[in-house]
Amino acid sequence: MGEKLSNQYNPKAVLNEVEEKFQMFQILNEKGEIVSEENEPKLSDEELVELMSRMVYTRILDQRSISLNRQGRLGFYAPTAGQEASQIASHFALEKEDWILPGYRDVPQIVWHGLPLSKAFLFSRGHFVGNQAPEGVNVLAPQIIIGAQYIQTAGVALGLQKRGKKNVAITYTGDGGSSQGDFYEGINFAGAFKSPAIFIIQNNQYAISTPRELQTAGKTLAQKGIAAGIPCVQVDGMDALAVYVATRDARERAINGEGPTLIETVCYRYGPHTMSGDDPTRYRTTDIDNEWAAKDPIVRFRNYLEGKGLWSEAKEEEVIERAKEEIKEAIKIADETPKQTVTDLITNMYEELPVNLQEQYSIYKEKESR
Amino acid sequence: MAQMTMIQAITDALRCELKNDENVLVFGEDVGVNGGVFRATEGLQQEFGVDRVFDTPLAESGIGGLAIGLALTGYRPVPEIQFFGFVFEVMDSISGQLARMRYRSGGVYSAPVTIRSPFGGGVHTPEMHSDSLEGLMAQSPGLKVVIPSTPYDAKGLLISAIRDNDPVIFLEHLKLYRSFREEVPEESYTIPIGKADVKREGKDLSIFAYGLMVHESLKAAEELEKEGYSVEVVDLRTVQPLDIETIIASVEKTNRAIVVQEAQKQAGIAANVVAEITERAILSLEAPVLRVAAPDTVYPFPQAENVWLPNYKDIIETAKKVLTF
Repeated sequence: MGEKLSNQYNPKAVLNEVEEKFQMFQILNEKGEIVSEENEPKLSDEELVELMSRMVYTRILDQRSISLNRQGRLGFYAPTAGQEASQIASHFALEKEDWILPGYRDVPQIVWHGLPLSKAFLFSRGHFVGNQAPEGVNVLAPQIIIGAQYIQTAGVALGLQKRGKKNVAITYTGDGGSSQGDFYEGINFAGAFKSPAIFIIQNNQYAISTPRELQTAGKTLAQKGIAAGIPCVQVDGMDALAVYVATRDARERAINGEGPTLIETVCYRYGPHTMSGDDPTRYRTTDIDNEWAAKDPIVRFRNYLEGKGLWSEAKEEEVIERAKEEIKEAIKIADETPKQTVTDLITNMYEELPVNLQEQYSIYKEKESR
Repeated sequence: MAQMTMIQAITDALRCELKNDENVLVFGEDVGVNGGVFRATEGLQQEFGVDRVFDTPLAESGIGGLAIGLALTGYRPVPEIQFFGFVFEVMDSISGQLARMRYRSGGVYSAPVTIRSPFGGGVHTPEMHSDSLEGLMAQSPGLKVVIPSTPYDAKGLLISAIRDNDPVIFLEHLKLYRSFREEVPEESYTIPIGKADVKREGKDLSIFAYGLMVHESLKAAEELEKEGYSVEVVDLRTVQPLDIETIIASVEKTNRAIVVQEAQKQAGIAANVVAEITERAILSLEAPVLRVAAPDTVYPFPQAENVWLPNYKDIIETAKKVLTF
C-alpha cells in the first residue's frame, strides 16, 4: 500500500490501489516474442522441445477425444484445446513425487504425470479402472464437485509438510470454481498452515455459459489470494513460459517453507464446456473466439521455438503421428479391459464388507454368472 | 480401573491412540489450547505437541477436506466437528468425498478418518446444535456410523474407529458426556464396530435403541418389569452397518419388538431396523414392530425440547401396545 494511504480511512482507494497492482504477467507475446527478458526461464533446448511436444500432443489428444466421443467410443469429456499452456506448462514445473488434484478438465496433467492414457479413456467411459492410479503416480481421479479438490489439496500439502517432503500438492479449478466456498477454505487453510500447495485458477472466461464478469466484482481472480495472505499472480494463460515460471517459482517457495501460491491463468477454451450437449454459440460470439484464437498458446510457442531453430514442421508431424498411434493403442487397451461388474463395485466399498453388502455380493455374483 | 465419565473416556481413547500410532492426528476448531469446547481433547496438545493436536481455521468443509488430504499422505486423522448440526457445511466432504474415496479410486486409496462430533438433545442449546442427523450419514454408502451410550463403550469403540481403515462418523450424545461415571480400564481395548450389545436380557419384548435412548429404554424396561414384563434392551452402538445377527436373534427370542430413536420419525435408523426385522424375521413376530421417535418437525427451540424428545414414558406406552397386541 502506498504511503499516501497510511493512517487514512479510505477503503475505496485501498481497493483501487491493490487492484491496479495486478497486471497480467507475460513473457512471450502473441507473436512469440520475448517481452520480459529477465524472466525468460533457462530451459534447455531438450526441455523446450519436450514442452512444445507435450502441448502439440495434448491438442491432438483433445481432437481425437472429441471425435471418439462423437462416435460413441468415449463418454464424459471436457475439451482442453486453448488451455495447453495453462495445463501443460504448469505441470512441466512439477516433480514426479508431487501430487495433482485435478478438476474434470485436467486429464492431460495427470496423464503427463504418469496415468496411462488407456486409464484416462476408461475414466471417460465411466470405468473404475480409469481411477486406479498406478503405484507411485500421485494423482486423484478428476474431481466432479467444483472446489472440493481445493480443500483436499490443503490437506495433502499439510501431510507433505508434516512428513518433511520437498514436494507440493497442486490443484486446478476454473473461473467459476473461484466462487465456491471450498475455494476460499482451501487457500485459507493452506495459507494458515503455510503448506506447500499451488492453487491454479484456469480462468477460461466462462463457467459453462456464465461469463467471468458475473462471478465476482474483483478485477482479477488472482487478487483473492490477498485475503488469504498468500502470494498471488495473474499470468497470461496462453503463454507457456509465463505459466511455467509462475508455477516453478510457486513450487520453489512452497518447498522452501514459504507456503502456498494462487495463480490465475487467463486463457480460453475453444470447445464446449463438455461434450454432453453444451453449445457455446449460445453464449459466445465468433468474434470472441477469433480474438482468442489469435493468442493461441501452441502457435505462439512454435514461433518462439522456430526462432531458436528448435522446431520444424517435420518435428511437429512426428509428434502428431506419435500421439495418434499411442491414442489408438490406448483405446485398444481400454476396449480389452474387462467390463466392470456390480460385484467389483461392491468389493470397493469397504475393507471388510458388512453383512448386507456380503449378501448383495452373493446375489450379484449369481446374476453375473448367468 | 478408573471411574470415568464419557467425555473422560473419549479423551482417554484419543490419548491411547495418539500414543499407539504416530500417524494419528487430532484437529478441529478449539481442540488445541482450549481442549475442545467440551474438553474432549483436554491436555492432548500439551502432551503430544502442536504438530499432532492442532486448531484449524473455522470452516467445517475445510476440516473435512483437510482430513481427506492428510489421509492420502498416510495419516489417520481424527477431526472434530464442533457440533453435528454444523454437518451441513461439510456434507460434500463427508458424503461426496470421504465416503467415496475407496470406491472412486477402485481401492487404491482409502480414508481412515474418524470424525468425532457431539449431538443430541436435552441440554438447551441454540438451534443447529442438538439435531440427530445420523440418518443422513447412514444413507451415505462407504461410511460407518457409531453412537456409544456408555463411557466404557465410548472408549473401546473410539479406539476401533481410529484403527478402522474406512471412514467412521463417531457421534457423542451431549447429555451423556457427564451424566454418569463407570469403570473404564486405563489400558487400551477395542469394541468391534458393527456389533450391538444386549444391555439387558429379557424374553417378552426387544427394545432396540442407541445413544441417550438406551438409558430411557432401560428405565422403561425397569418399570415394565414391575408390571411383570421381561424386556430386553439392545444397544445398537453402530447404526451403520447394523448388527443384523444380534437384532434378529433377539427378535426370534422375544417375538415382539419396538425401535426407539431420538431423531424425527421420518426415514432414519429406526425405519431401517424395522425393515430388516420384517424382511428377515416376519414369521417370528407376534405383533407389528412399532417405533418411538420424535415428531417430524425440525429440532425444536429449547423451550419445547422436553415436550418433543421421546422419553421412557413414551417407550412404555408403545411397548404396551406391542406387548398386548
